[in-house]
Amino acid sequence: MTSPSSTVEPRQRRPLRIAEVFLLILALGGGIGGFAMVGLSIRGELPDQFWFRSMLLAATALVAHIVLRLRAPWADQVILPAVVLLNGIGLSMIWRLEISDATGMAPADAAGNMQATLLGAIVAFALLWVLKDHRWLRRYTYTAMVVGLVLIALPLIPGLGQEINGARIWISVGGFSLQPAEFAKIAFAVFFAGYLVTNRDTLALAGPKIFGLQLPRLRDLGPILLIWAASLAVLILQRDLGTSLLFFGLFVAMLYQATARSSWIVLGLTLFAAGALAAARLFPHVGARIDVWLHPFDAEYYDREVGGSYQLVQGQFSMANGGLFGTGWGEGRPFQIPYAFSDFIYAALGEELGLTGLAAVVLTYLLIVQRGLKSALSVRDGFGKLLAGGLAFAMALQVFVVIGGITRIIPLTGLTLPFMAQGGSSLLANWIVIALLLRISDSARRPSDLPVRGQVSAGAPAPESEPILVGPSGADGGTPADGTPAAGSNLPRRRVVDRDPHGAPGDAAPTEHIGTDVPPEHRGGESR
Amino acid sequence: MSELTFTLLRLGYLVLLWVFVLSAVAVLRRDLALRSPRSRKRADDGGAPVAAPAPAASSPAPARSSGPHKLVVTAGPLTGTTLPLSTSSILIGRAPSCTLVLDDDYSSSRHARIFPQGDQWYVEDLGSTNGTFIGDQQVTSPIPLAPGVGVQIGRSVVELQG
Repeated sequence: MTSPSSTVEPRQRRPLRIAEVFLLILALGGGIGGFAMVGLSIRGELPDQFWFRSMLLAATALVAHIVLRLRAPWADQVILPAVVLLNGIGLSMIWRLEISDATGMAPADAAGNMQATLLGAIVAFALLWVLKDHRWLRRYTYTAMVVGLVLIALPLIPGLGQEINGARIWISVGGFSLQPAEFAKIAFAVFFAGYLVTNRDTLALAGPKIFGLQLPRLRDLGPILLIWAASLAVLILQRDLGTSLLFFGLFVAMLYQATARSSWIVLGLTLFAAGALAAARLFPHVGARIDVWLHPFDAEYYDREVGGSYQLVQGQFSMANGGLFGTGWGEGRPFQIPYAFSDFIYAALGEELGLTGLAAVVLTYLLIVQRGLKSALSVRDGFGKLLAGGLAFAMALQVFVVIGGITRIIPLTGLTLPFMAQGGSSLLANWIVIALLLRISDSARRPSDLPVRGQVSAGAPAPESEPILVGPSGADGGTPADGTPAAGSNLPRRRVVDRDPHGAPGDAAPTEHIGTDVPPEHRGGESR
Repeated sequence: MSELTFTLLRLGYLVLLWVFVLSAVAVLRRDLALRSPRSRKRADDGGAPVAAPAPAASSPAPARSSGPHKLVVTAGPLTGTTLPLSTSSILIGRAPSCTLVLDDDYSSSRHARIFPQGDQWYVEDLGSTNGTFIGDQQVTSPIPLAPGVGVQIGRSVVELQG
């Protein structure tokens, strides 16, 4: 008998990420094409530094792709192109508003936003390079809570915090203004994931049952009530409805993910409705938002100097002007909307790309969120599940709150559209979210060394594979004991098997041996 | 730039956005297809995730030329799953540490074992709740298993094939 050389191939080949390359080319075409069309339409020529800026965006995408190939080869292939497309469209629109020379568009700064994009991408992919396993973050569960609370408290510190348009959510450090709440979002997601994965059973099972709803015990609620109080404090002290809504939604969604108890949703929605109602009565600026939402076209609200519906109505007119197919890049008048480059970039896009373009943009967000939730479903550790689910949900909620506000589905609140709106903090924070989602999706899709239920074990068999000896004269290795057919002959089908086990010392031992040799890494894995 | 060129560019841009979205959806669809049981079976046949048979010279091994080469699940929830045989024994059950992890409520966590000795393969019941059967006969002690003979484990039937 020849002895063939061992050809063990325990791992699947690393994916080549061809789909990502293809989608990235399309995404860059979208971003750069928009940029070129703005220049051609408004100035009749390609924008200055067109090739430089385009190549910078393409180089960013290429570097990101190479980092993914090296460090997270199994990561999802749709997320990065979707983000590049959204970011490219956002930059084109900001530049389009910047060169429109309208007075309200003076703060639009495409070059600055391009720098923020580069910084965000660099930070995100450096994080992806360094962070080999997302479970590493679980060690910093309570650190993350403290960091999150400090971050949302920062704007309240006199001298550091800045109040802009009635909301106190910015801090200025060395000439840069930052929105720390964007980063607090990530810290809270890490905290909730780490805390809930440890405590979800007590939260889900212990506690009284009222009206068929399983309520948790009060003492299990401590840290959670702390965060709830913090999100209310944001609402009251910083007067920022959007951030408060985002934190609260993240918090309820992650509780629901962890415990699968619908009582959390009922409880959360009730608490939020109560809070929002109280806020609308108590704080005039919140009440004004609701009036503006319900009656934007009333002259009284439209003409109001502060907190009027002018911006909202201009956004509606813009989108109406865009119609089904839009006016085309550079042909509309989106610069008439106040803050079209940040809060209302969605309405500006609606004018120039039309409903068709907006639907594509919303679907692109949906793709990112779906990939995040899919990673949450397929990743094998509970912490990763909760973190990916929480981050994906936070992005979905943020997009819903912004677009819902602009299209008058819900009252307008001040959140930024991820990757599109101008704002360095938002870009940086959302790029970090993407890095975390990519890291988790890599871990979710990486072929497992452990056999999954219903699948064949990968890799070499466990050491239990030592053959046992059958029969008393096991040393010769070839001949079974008397009473069985001769070795090597085919066993007739349906043959009666009645081998007498007497005097076979090797019979009992192997079974026991098997029972104890579970490799340690197979034990104690999280099953959910 | 003429009006016509611009309109074409404008609509072309929207087409580009939708081509992106639809291509991404196509990538997702391919992803779903990869995870369906049918293609999983194909992947197993291809042998990518499993160790290829590699008998070491020192250990007793079944003759490669004549003996069975694979273990096939012929009935039950995992019908169609195959597993190449090597010199090591195959542990069958519901526990994740088994070589063949059955998704079968009627099998025990460590149900049975199929192992080579000399030129023969043997099947042994590991004290399972519902028993291991060859035909109508319960396997009470290790007995030789010939290729083509079905072994009933819970609702699943496995057999060796050449």
